[in-house]
Amino acid sequence: MTSEVVAAAPVPVPGRAQRVRELALARQDLRGPLIPILHAVQEELGYVAPADVAVLADVLNLSVAEVHGVVTFYKDFRRTPAGRTTVTICQAEACRSVGAVALAAHAQATTGCGFGETTADNRLTLEQTYCFGNCALGPAVQVGDKLHGRVTPTRLDALLGDAR
Amino acid sequence: MTHDAEPADPSSTPAPGTRPADPSSTPAPGTRPADPSSTPAPGTRPAGRVFVSCDSAARSVGADEVAERIAAQAAEVEIVRTGSRGMLWLEPMVEVETPEGRVGYGPVAPEDVDGLIAAGMLTGSPSIAGCLGLVDELPWMAKQQRVTFARVGVVDPISTTDYVAHGGMKGLRAALELPPAEVVEAVVESGLRGRGGAGFPTGIKWRTVLGAEADLKFVCCNADEGDSGTFADRMLIEGDPFTLIEGMTIAAYAVGAAEGYVYLRSEYPDAVATLTTAIERARAEGWLGPDILGSGFGFDLQVRVGAGAYICGEETSMLESLEGKRGMVRSKPPIPALQGLFGRPTVVNNVLSLATIPAILADGAVKYAAYGTGRSLGTSVFQLGGNVARGGIVETAFGITLGELVNDFGGGTASGRPVRAVQVGGPLGAYLPVEQFGLPMDYEAFAAAGAMVGHGGIVVFDDTVDMAAMARFAFEFCAAESCGKCTPCRVGAVRGVETIDRIMTDTAGSDRARNLVLLDDLCELMTDGSLCAMGGLTPMPVRSAVRHFGEDFHA
Ligand SMILES: Cc1cc2nc3c(=O)[nH]c(=O)nc-3n(C[C@H](O)[C@H](O)[C@H](O)COP(=O)(O)O)c2cc1C
Ligand code: SF4
Ligand code: FES
Repeated sequence: MTSEVVAAAPVPVPGRAQRVRELALARQDLRGPLIPILHAVQEELGYVAPADVAVLADVLNLSVAEVHGVVTFYKDFRRTPAGRTTVTICQAEACRSVGAVALAAHAQATTGCGFGETTADNRLTLEQTYCFGNCALGPAVQVGDKLHGRVTPTRLDALLGDAR
Repeated sequence: MTHDAEPADPSSTPAPGTRPADPSSTPAPGTRPADPSSTPAPGTRPAGRVFVSCDSAARSVGADEVAERIAAQAAEVEIVRTGSRGMLWLEPMVEVETPEGRVGYGPVAPEDVDGLIAAGMLTGSPSIAGCLGLVDELPWMAKQQRVTFARVGVVDPISTTDYVAHGGMKGLRAALELPPAEVVEAVVESGLRGRGGAGFPTGIKWRTVLGAEADLKFVCCNADEGDSGTFADRMLIEGDPFTLIEGMTIAAYAVGAAEGYVYLRSEYPDAVATLTTAIERARAEGWLGPDILGSGFGFDLQVRVGAGAYICGEETSMLESLEGKRGMVRSKPPIPALQGLFGRPTVVNNVLSLATIPAILADGAVKYAAYGTGRSLGTSVFQLGGNVARGGIVETAFGITLGELVNDFGGGTASGRPVRAVQVGGPLGAYLPVEQFGLPMDYEAFAAAGAMVGHGGIVVFDDTVDMAAMARFAFEFCAAESCGKCTPCRVGAVRGVETIDRIMTDTAGSDRARNLVLLDDLCELMTDGSLCAMGGLTPMPVRSAVRHFGEDFHA
């Protein structure tokens, strides 16, 4: 769930494949290396592209289908670039008890995005999650890397305004 | 110290009209935590150490900004970033060291800092608004029995010196004096049951792993903590990570494991950073590595970050994920204790189970087992979240009632409206009405009431909650998070959402009774037919909502 991504100017594909291979080779001796590698690819390159899957399968001697299956199973792994800032709103029970559903509706109305979508100007991606472990200070919202507690609609507007 | 100590932030105190808070759990007039004569007057002493939490909950409401402001205004003070004491409604909280102990102020907004310093906060002055008195003597704190959380909020989480000064490493040193089998028996004797949810006796699990023959064994810490309303694993890792490292090392010694993994969810980046640093420092101290404390015993540890899948908290699914696969549940047997990670015998325990082990070895199994009730021995770390006035963590012996936790410690709702329901034990736990507040926190008592203690999370809802919507959400959550391996869960959850929608939109009421029967059938099928507790327990919140709040299921 990296938020400040570098995807605005994608790395040229051959260069990208090269880098993906390096990231994978650097971790291939871990026990069960695939998920740490996927995190590394996403952290540096912003998302896991379909073309990356073939590279990873080759390095790890897995089938493309196996790697694809893993990438698509986990919600953290994006298959396309995110906007410049990701805003993630908790929608689990504790946050619901203090207005997280209304807060999400407010965010969707303000940004024009549903969950999982990015604004047309590529500025914001809106996501939902189930629990940041901030359940005593909900509603919880993460903007970029920063977690915020007790977020009201007014506070959210300010946070969205700050996100550039 | 007067009771102008009342927190200033309106959202953090029960609004007017709430039932008066239990005087025993909050610093109310007349029960002032510290005698004014025993605390120094302002300006009597130069400023020394000041403590501000770096827990992610505290940071989410401005703890970093508060610490920065203090540093800018008072360069002479040493600011120690600790974990949180667990009084989350008072965060950001500032504690000042005085000869009598630490005096607290909270909640402190960044813009309050200058005024508080001018008024004498850095000398521990009691006479200013927001002063809480001696933190250890606050009734809310003094009534707890902190074993697992003893150091959390007190120490600098990544200081090995602080750790040792506060009793760290005693448990491991004691364990290394014993043969492994005796360490296992001490854990059996302590009565410790897994804190991750199922409550299986930890010592018995370890006995199985110890008895298994293999070239390699593993210890895996389950730090996936996906349940809404639970955050104790996160707070422990952010506040006292060496306790977990020490506990895992003792487990490894006891069962003969050489490698350990902590599976930590990606939603907790601060915990990942703190634990990673703590592991490096532990290695540098010789607390991990080939020759731990010069004993010749070797064990090492890695953090693995999850990737946003609730089901990876289920132990076999977690093992699949650690192996680099989709987090699909394995059918048992074989149990992980015999064939776990990469097919090797593996201890899988929750963070709190493992973090409690050092205290058991250091202070004795008998002492730990003396806490608690019935077959629920020891202490448990309860987490109060949701619409609650005083949210945070409370560690007490099992046996405390739900009502004591929600009303006395929690102070009722944050909104000031009446409590209507609480969900205990995460998204798969039951919704309980206020009439059940006499229930003791005890695995068996909860099971008998059709509920579960789970990981000890308690989420409070006021009277504006729509329980049919919450039941619908339980299915929605299951549909979103199901691993997809078995049909009752994968398809049943989707059918559940549809069925509740039909009930809710049936304004004429013509088919409501039939749909409620269908809902009950579906719940029974999921309970009986699911491979794991994800599908098997989703009916628990749904059925408890229908049973206790049936009026909400009439469109
Ligand atoms: C759907 C599901 C989710 C679970 N999530 C967690 C979790 O987040 N953390 C945890 O420790 N145990 C979780 N468990 C329980 C684990 O399967 C396992 O019982 C536990 O980690 C064992 O450790 P313990 O004996 O110390 O409790 C979950 C179980 C199920 C069925
Ligand atoms: S009950 Fe659900 S989560 Fe569990 S194995 Fe079946 S499909 Fe997977
Ligand atoms: S439920 Fe929202 S942070 Fe836990």
